[in-house]
Amino acid sequence: MAKTTERRKQTAETMAGRQREISVSEFFAKNRHLLGFDNPRKALLTTVKEAVDNALDACEEAGILPDITVELEELAPPLSASKSGRYRVTITDNGPGIVRRQVENIFGKLLYGSKFHRLKMSRGQQGIGISAAGMYGLMTTGKPMVITTRPNKKKPAHHIELAMDTSKNQPEVTVDIETDDFPETTTGTGTRVAIELEARYQRGKASVDTYLEQTAIANPHASITFIPPRRAGSPAEDPASEMLAAIEDAAEGPPDLSEHTIVDGRILMPRTIDELPPETQEIKPHPYGVELGNFLRMLKSTDEKQLTGFFKNEFCRVTPPIVKRITDAASTKGSTFSGQTWLKSLSASDSERLYRAMQEVKLLNPPTDCLSPIGVRQMLAGLMKGVRGEFYAASTRPAAVYRGNPFQIEAAIAFGGDLPGDQPARVLRFANRVPLLYQQSACSAFKSVTETAWKNYGLSQPRGGAPVGPLVIAIHMASVWVPFTSESKEAIADYDEIRKEMKLALQECGRKLGIYLRRRQRMRRDAEKRDVFERYIGEIAKACHAITGTDAAELYESLMRQAQRRTEIADAVLDEDGKIVGYQNERNGLEKDEGVVILDRSATPSASTAAAAPQPAADGADEPVETPVVTERPKKKILKKVKKKVRKKAGAAKGDDSLFGA
Amino acid sequence: MAKKTTKKTAARTPGKKFSKKAPSSRNVKTGDAAKATPRVRSKSAADRDVRTSEAIGTLAESVVKSALSGREPKVEVPTRSANNTKWNKSRGILQMGSAVQERQLFNMGQARKFMQTLLHGQGIRRLIEQDKTLSLRGMFYSGLHTIQGTKEKTFDDQTESDAILEDLEVTLGSLREELHIFAKKRGTMVGNITVIDSGDEIDCRRMGTGGYAIPSICEPDVIQFEKVEADFVLHVEKDTVWQRFNEDKFWKTHNCILTEGSGQPPRGVRRLLHRLNKEHGLPIICLLDCDPWGHYIYSVIKQGSISLAFESERLAIPDAKFLGIRSKDYEACELSDDVQIELNDRDIARAKQIMAYPWFDGHRGWKNEIEKMLRNGFKMEVESLITKDISYVTETYVPERLAAEDWLV
Repeated sequence: MAKTTERRKQTAETMAGRQREISVSEFFAKNRHLLGFDNPRKALLTTVKEAVDNALDACEEAGILPDITVELEELAPPLSASKSGRYRVTITDNGPGIVRRQVENIFGKLLYGSKFHRLKMSRGQQGIGISAAGMYGLMTTGKPMVITTRPNKKKPAHHIELAMDTSKNQPEVTVDIETDDFPETTTGTGTRVAIELEARYQRGKASVDTYLEQTAIANPHASITFIPPRRAGSPAEDPASEMLAAIEDAAEGPPDLSEHTIVDGRILMPRTIDELPPETQEIKPHPYGVELGNFLRMLKSTDEKQLTGFFKNEFCRVTPPIVKRITDAASTKGSTFSGQTWLKSLSASDSERLYRAMQEVKLLNPPTDCLSPIGVRQMLAGLMKGVRGEFYAASTRPAAVYRGNPFQIEAAIAFGGDLPGDQPARVLRFANRVPLLYQQSACSAFKSVTETAWKNYGLSQPRGGAPVGPLVIAIHMASVWVPFTSESKEAIADYDEIRKEMKLALQECGRKLGIYLRRRQRMRRDAEKRDVFERYIGEIAKACHAITGTDAAELYESLMRQAQRRTEIADAVLDEDGKIVGYQNERNGLEKDEGVVILDRSATPSASTAAAAPQPAADGADEPVETPVVTERPKKKILKKVKKKVRKKAGAAKGDDSLFGA
Repeated sequence: MAKKTTKKTAARTPGKKFSKKAPSSRNVKTGDAAKATPRVRSKSAADRDVRTSEAIGTLAESVVKSALSGREPKVEVPTRSANNTKWNKSRGILQMGSAVQERQLFNMGQARKFMQTLLHGQGIRRLIEQDKTLSLRGMFYSGLHTIQGTKEKTFDDQTESDAILEDLEVTLGSLREELHIFAKKRGTMVGNITVIDSGDEIDCRRMGTGGYAIPSICEPDVIQFEKVEADFVLHVEKDTVWQRFNEDKFWKTHNCILTEGSGQPPRGVRRLLHRLNKEHGLPIICLLDCDPWGHYIYSVIKQGSISLAFESERLAIPDAKFLGIRSKDYEACELSDDVQIELNDRDIARAKQIMAYPWFDGHRGWKNEIEKMLRNGFKMEVESLITKDISYVTETYVPERLAAEDWLV
């Protein structure tokens, strides 16, 4: 007892002496994993990701087709495979640039930005990312972030070196000069950010490469150049680095999705659509998404004097008749409200009653012009560029709402082709066009994949897992506010509304895949059947000729006609429900669906894959390369015919200019 | 000489089985009736050849006709299965039912067989034209070639070819010999009989240790009997037992004919026994193993087989007798434990299956016999009697049973 009392020497006063404000920067410096800097490899990715996201956002807002270059330099190689080395990350964009006075705030201060306070679809949300990356670099290398920005093409660029005082969340400018050392961009303006940091570059799963490839899939309007690090010293002179390379190669994950043009050590991911996504509108909060505290704050801060004005101007979807419904519902015998009620006359309980009434009243969903989905065609174009399948389907759900925030789900799948058939499907997750590479199993998108019954569509699926087969699934969530599970923006929070929409989108893709697979199966079966019949018809004709003297050729022809008629499904075209709607080589059923592309890669010898890979043209137009159909047995006219038909369809899709930009 | 009495069979005898729609110019009924008798006496070989040839022609014509008019070519093949085998109780033979199976060209499971049927049809036509005969194996080779443009052969093995030939027999309503095909010969005979085989006189009393090899075709135009002096025929299951009897000159001491069929007797042996029974009234007495296979050999000799039900009338011997080995013999002959061969699951299943056949079901004696064997839990071979004495079977067992007329019918 005595001991215990002795220990309790602290008084409120002494404790108060140690109680002080914690700066956000300090908090995150200690909790860097929250921002995605858990390990050197991830730190590199997060840094690239934050810078690229910012660059794309800036370009789009300024109406500029983004041209982004990502360069990694290895300043000191990692000493072992698990250790970190020192790298410099340089990201250059052709965006509008940043005016001088904002540079410190944007890059040197956590939680500073244009995106947090508004409801508008953008990649960045909180205003943490790039400053956190700079802070991480500063902490691990002591080197400040170097920002070169040119907001005015007629004036020289600013060269600013920026450190950060974490205890105050304040930027410290160490160098501030004007410079002409700025790369030529298409717009003349732009920003370059260079961060030096302890990191590790390794290709494979969840690497910078993967991130950029997936970014290219989700942003067909962006042109991305990636300059991977050159190893310091040639392998011959440096056995250590050679060894290291071998280790790293062995540790490499699944092969990269795509084969891009590689020129002089630069990986080019060209623009495939010369059109910016439609500009998104900023929206006012929807009443359903506002919490009581927020509502009270809004009541205090509004410039409006009366309820009608307040509701109309601070929220979306609240029209005067709705205001009347809200006020009527909130009115009681003691106190009545109307649109003319003065705001300052409201008591706390009045406000709460109004808030409840606002939640009860039936409202239209928030407007959806604030969303910019990637679009079915663009998703397909992106997937076809990155994934070598034979069947592609995409679907866009109508906009929906969670907690008052509008969102929209898109899904696309690629099937077959060169994809590995014995592994679980790859799931590509995107939120506002940003690839999500970590925490897959915590993500609503992945859960929706595992919860979809893929068996219905002809795929095998282990219980509670992703389907197994040559399948790549892409899910995109576009929203004014994507609910991430953490600040590092790695997984989408699991809202029922979101998961439901994702499942519906996947089901739509799955249905199309199911139809395709069933049809393919039936066609194969019938083609096989015809093959068998044809084989015997010759013998039968000869035997009958020998016995009866009937003209063998005539007999053969008529039996062949019959064989073809009886196996016509091999040439059949099916509609959405799998019913036969015709036998001509017309664009029909699945092929009519703009969300479906079927390529014939079945006859491509895998050795020639690289050669036959889609080679994007310089003007950014990408076309699915039609691979030559090689039939082993020239006798099999039928199989050829089936292939020809499928090819024709692929050709039709190819000829569609809007799919790949002008 | 027991001559066949009735030609009107209740069940369907093999006839023209392909497309019913095809106009039938051929008088099938006449063919059927003719076939039921030892037709050779009434029709010359040339007549039969013409008829067979025509039947093949009609078959091919119907295929051509369907093909040219855009209909699916098919051949109707009478079903040779237990389901389509009818037990004619009053006559004591198995007969083929009327069920036919359509063999279609445009059916994945049948296309190949369809092709093979026509191929063999063509082959048989050629045989008839050239007036030659071929063995089953020979037919397999005659139809064998690689299908043009593929690596597939027309016949994978002889079994496939044999089945098609049996199909053709029933489809064309022609017997194997009418198709100019013979099987590998099997089975041996000695005894008090002289046969004329294609004009050669063969005295079966002077066959040494080897015996007369029974040919696969034992039709009256090939084989005629002379000097049939024996009182009965003793048919044993296999060659080893037959050797025992021949060495002991059992046929001499008991004035009989001694035959063996190397297990399930082939058509030639059955036809021979049938003719000896019908034409010369010789009782056929069988000495077979005491196991389901022995029982079934007896059944085939007596009432015909399922797969050749269409030939029962000229093969079955309804009054054939089963002398042994009987399941009671273990006790009756005081055999040692060593001769017991335990019934395995397959034996038991087969025994039960045999017991359920209508021609066994309802036969008290046979039910008891099989049930006793199942109760014993073991089977016995004829050779088991050797444990008593080398010649026990010829000197004691068979003579005693014959004297006592102790057999199953």
